[in-house]
Amino acid sequence: MSDVTTTPGLVSGTTQPKRDIGIKKRYAAERRFKLYGLLAISIGILFLLLLMWSVISKGYTAFQQTAINLPITFSEDIIDPKKERATNPQVLMMANYPRLARDGLLAELGIDPTDKKNRKLVRAAGKMVSAGSRVQLRELVVADPSLIGKTIPVWVLASGDVDSAFKGQVDLSVEEKRRKISDQQVAWMNQLAEDGTLVKRFNTGLFTFGASSRPETAGVGVAIIGSLYMMLIVLVLALPIGVAASIYLEEFAPKNRWTDMIEVNINNLAAVPSIVFGLLGLAVFINFAGLPRSASLVGGLVLTLMTLPTIIIATRAALKAVPPSIRAAALGVGASRTQMVFHHVLPLAAPGILTGTIIGLAQALGETAPLLLIGMVAFVVGYPSSPMDPATALPVQIFMWANEAERGFVERTSGAIIILLGFLAVMNITAILLRRRFERRW
Amino acid sequence: MNIMSEAAVEETLANRVAEEQAPVKMLCRNVSVHYGADQALYDVDLDVGEHQVTALIGPSGCGKSTFLRCLNRMNDTIDICKVSGDIRLDGEDIYSPSIDVVELRANVGMVFQKPNPFPKSIYENVAYGPRIHGLASSKAEFDEIVEKSLTRAGLFEEVKDRLQSPGTGLSGGQQQRLCIARAIAVGPQVILMDEPCSALDPIATARVEELIDELRQKYTIVIVTHSMQQAARVSQRTAMFHLGKLVEEGATDKMFTNPDDQRTQDYITGRFG
Amino acid sequence: MSTATTILIVLCLGLVGYLAGRFRSVKLSSGTPQSLHSRPGYYGWFVAICATMPALLLLTAWVSISPAIIDNRVFDTLPDAVQTLPDSDHALQMSKVNAVAQGLSRLTAEQRQSFESGSEDLRELMAQTGVAVAGDIESYMPAAATLLLEQRAASANYRTLLVLVLAVAGFCYAWIQVGPQMRARNRVEAVVLGMLIIASSIAILTTVGIVLSMISETWRFFSSVPPMEFFFGTVWDPRFAAAGDTDSVGQFGLVPLLAGTLYIALVAMVVAVPIGLYAAIFMSEYASPRLRSVAKPLLEVLAGIPTIVYGFFALVTVGPFLRDISAQINGLVLGEVSSFIQAQSVLTAGVVMGIMLIPFVSSLSDDIITAVPRSLRDGSLGLGATQSETVRRVIIPAALPGIVGALLLTGSRAIGETMIVVLAAGVAARLSINPFEPMTTVTVKIVNQLTGDLEFTSPQTLVAFALGLTLFFITLGLNVYALYIVRKYREEYE
Repeated sequence: MSDVTTTPGLVSGTTQPKRDIGIKKRYAAERRFKLYGLLAISIGILFLLLLMWSVISKGYTAFQQTAINLPITFSEDIIDPKKERATNPQVLMMANYPRLARDGLLAELGIDPTDKKNRKLVRAAGKMVSAGSRVQLRELVVADPSLIGKTIPVWVLASGDVDSAFKGQVDLSVEEKRRKISDQQVAWMNQLAEDGTLVKRFNTGLFTFGASSRPETAGVGVAIIGSLYMMLIVLVLALPIGVAASIYLEEFAPKNRWTDMIEVNINNLAAVPSIVFGLLGLAVFINFAGLPRSASLVGGLVLTLMTLPTIIIATRAALKAVPPSIRAAALGVGASRTQMVFHHVLPLAAPGILTGTIIGLAQALGETAPLLLIGMVAFVVGYPSSPMDPATALPVQIFMWANEAERGFVERTSGAIIILLGFLAVMNITAILLRRRFERRW
Repeated sequence: MNIMSEAAVEETLANRVAEEQAPVKMLCRNVSVHYGADQALYDVDLDVGEHQVTALIGPSGCGKSTFLRCLNRMNDTIDICKVSGDIRLDGEDIYSPSIDVVELRANVGMVFQKPNPFPKSIYENVAYGPRIHGLASSKAEFDEIVEKSLTRAGLFEEVKDRLQSPGTGLSGGQQQRLCIARAIAVGPQVILMDEPCSALDPIATARVEELIDELRQKYTIVIVTHSMQQAARVSQRTAMFHLGKLVEEGATDKMFTNPDDQRTQDYITGRFG
Repeated sequence: MSTATTILIVLCLGLVGYLAGRFRSVKLSSGTPQSLHSRPGYYGWFVAICATMPALLLLTAWVSISPAIIDNRVFDTLPDAVQTLPDSDHALQMSKVNAVAQGLSRLTAEQRQSFESGSEDLRELMAQTGVAVAGDIESYMPAAATLLLEQRAASANYRTLLVLVLAVAGFCYAWIQVGPQMRARNRVEAVVLGMLIIASSIAILTTVGIVLSMISETWRFFSSVPPMEFFFGTVWDPRFAAAGDTDSVGQFGLVPLLAGTLYIALVAMVVAVPIGLYAAIFMSEYASPRLRSVAKPLLEVLAGIPTIVYGFFALVTVGPFLRDISAQINGLVLGEVSSFIQAQSVLTAGVVMGIMLIPFVSSLSDDIITAVPRSLRDGSLGLGATQSETVRRVIIPAALPGIVGALLLTGSRAIGETMIVVLAAGVAARLSINPFEPMTTVTVKIVNQLTGDLEFTSPQTLVAFALGLTLFFITLGLNVYALYIVRKYREEYE
């Protein structure tokens, strides 16, 4: 800009000399400070990405499972050598089904199982098929006994070791003795893969199986049902109780010692370590009330107590957000306080309450520690048919798998985590969408 | 910033000399302010004379505070606020990139509507400005600045025994004088006051008004007020704003006795506002 | 009649009551509904409540109390030899009787006959019905079990009868009461209010439940281990003794656990506080709305991830990473590749817990920083302070009480965190200042002592409650104090 001050006397004459107020240094400090802030946020987000990457990179393979398409001959000699299945149905349950699978594989590989020289090969081949084939083939035969004597192609799960190797998770450069899969088995695996009989398929078992000591037949199906029962219990108990408590505290309660105490209590309960709730559940629901250990009922009750404060705090915030003018208007036309609350305030606060409830449920779904104490660390193979049956929960299943050393379980743990995070994401996104859709600005 | 023609500047200044007015401390031309899509200020031209008290009056929402906040670029702190036009301090464009906002604010201090002492001791409140700007180095120097500023703000006698007690513990009027002392301590040339007495009782208001008159000797003061009487009492020049436009500007005496504009007359006589 | 059927009948009666009450009030108003005190629906509700509520309350009380009474009666009939056994064996005997009763109730008529004639072993029969009885079935048990079943059947009959009578009585009472002058709405609303009050006291009940249950178990623990040894003992060695072996109680020193807990929490805070605080400051003071709208939700995602996931992350990623990197460093410095950080260590658990706490610190601080009034910010900026000077010298000091409160809440969270330390901190209870080695925490030991099959009378199990109580009081203290500070702080600026 041009110099206006060239006209002396016209502009204020007392222009003070420029003071040195350390601008340069101060701006350097400013930039540094800003940089720290940016750095902090970046670190936070970096950690998030790292965690996600760690879980997903380890876990995406769990959604595929190696399976082998084998021509299974349901030989009567193996299933029912004494031909007594008509009188004794137990025979079909106890038969040596893994051998059927093994023989199928041997046939595919062109090895003669009757040849004594091949004994070692036969054993090695047998280990390539999952022991889960016992249940799979048994179910086929029990469902349709006429299969006996026939030969049909069946997709049989590969064993965990083959699965890991086929997914490239086994370091084959390691000395043969020190890994779980032999060179011969690897050769077979590659041969079968070339023929197209051994392929990776979508792992439905991960979603339907229960606990298992073998990774290839372990799934979170049972745990999901357990978690579902618990969420149901939490929803049925925590939502009405939480809403009722909030309504009382926000709309009816006089300001006195008692309500003050309830207030402090709720805030405090929201911050009590979750494991303490587990101890409470153990002492009160199991030891005192005599409810069964490992039952999803107890888990649900414990999680209800944990979720209550979250729901109460969210509900109270939603009730507070309803402007007093609405209340005054309702009372002004002669509504009772109860009518005012249930006809006007509550419907207006409903979206906020719902959002808070979903977030509370999401928290409860991911909770692990208290469930460990009430015996949910259980090896549950079958689906629980009622909330009183032994069950486990999704996060607890993750915890149990995290403690397994086998390679296949690391993959499955990460897979289960992805499933859990998927559930949580869906719940939270629902909550956000609800809030966006129904949010009302007063 | 659109630079006004130099000829226009020269002309303005020449006119002032002809009218025997005080030299121009701050010169504003075509100042417009937008908040997002809304325009709050329309092409305001106003000069602030040195060692004068210039009062900005007008009904609420007329843009007088917005204008005041342009003078030390406090509007920068509001994201959606855009200022255009030309504002010069001692002939230097304060919105030019070569001017540093921190330096500008050290020279153009501000006192706010509500007393806002920091939650620190009285001493630290006053010493805050000098401390961040590095205006003093020894304890003795700080003591001197604090005492001088408090004395000038007419507060020293009342608080000299409790300089270490929190500034928030003072009464409203004392708090506002503390804020004035805090602004003085930095050694500004111009002090902007945004309705400094609106939160005070009449006695405290009188005390602050007295103070403003005294401060005129050393500083240039721009004050926003909604009280006609206050403007009449403390200012030499008055500018009337209405709906974001400068309606009229002139010597306070003239403005209150014989305004040119009908709107000014209506406002002063209480017909709207 | 089963409990569920009873409840169903009562509820049906309630529904009928609603309709009847409504109908009657309309009828009594003789065509002018305005003459009624309340809307007809309220009369309906009134009758429904009178019919169901007392009945359901009685049912609840009966179901929760009667088993204990019946057990007591049956126990009194057991032989003297059993009655004089120590208390802990009583429960065992009764549980066996219960199991036998369960088995008996499942027997078919034929099986029952064969058992009564003594031709078949009871155990065999039980196994066939799917009931496994642990240990021997004593000779007195079948009789006791039969008595138990009889008593239960009688109890169920009385229960159904009384509940239904009460329901009908309530129905009739309310039915008679209904009339245009009756203030049905006020009565219904009083009941609603009562239920709201009960719901809000559940929070109190939970706290009372936590404290009482843990105190009683802790009391039992202190009867075998003196409190001084627990609180000041420096050795943790609970020695999982075989059941009944009372000689080797083991040592239950809290100190190493508490030290590990605090150490890991400290490391976590060292990670979380600077990052969280700077992130909050940047977010509230510098970030453009666009950056904020992206970064804030992303950080909040960190808060939504379950702790078990963090634990797994620590176990399989961070732990091995730290171990390998320490080996690399050793290799560079000493020329000898050996790791000095163990995979399970204070550092691993602390760092991962710190990551978990970042969003916690940042969102709490963000709230608190934005609560600092704008006038203070303006006051400082108006004096020519730069943004960072304003933050450091005005905003942070003004927000300090709130921030301290937030940090205390965060600390309490770190102390009570379980899954990360269970997976990443290790189980060795040691007193050490080396953060590269594993240490254990109070929460880890609670989990360790209570998972697996344990009897509930041994100090090895009960110590978990003493630990839990300690944890509860530490976090309670921190929370109450922190919430108090934050509340005061909020009031100051409101």
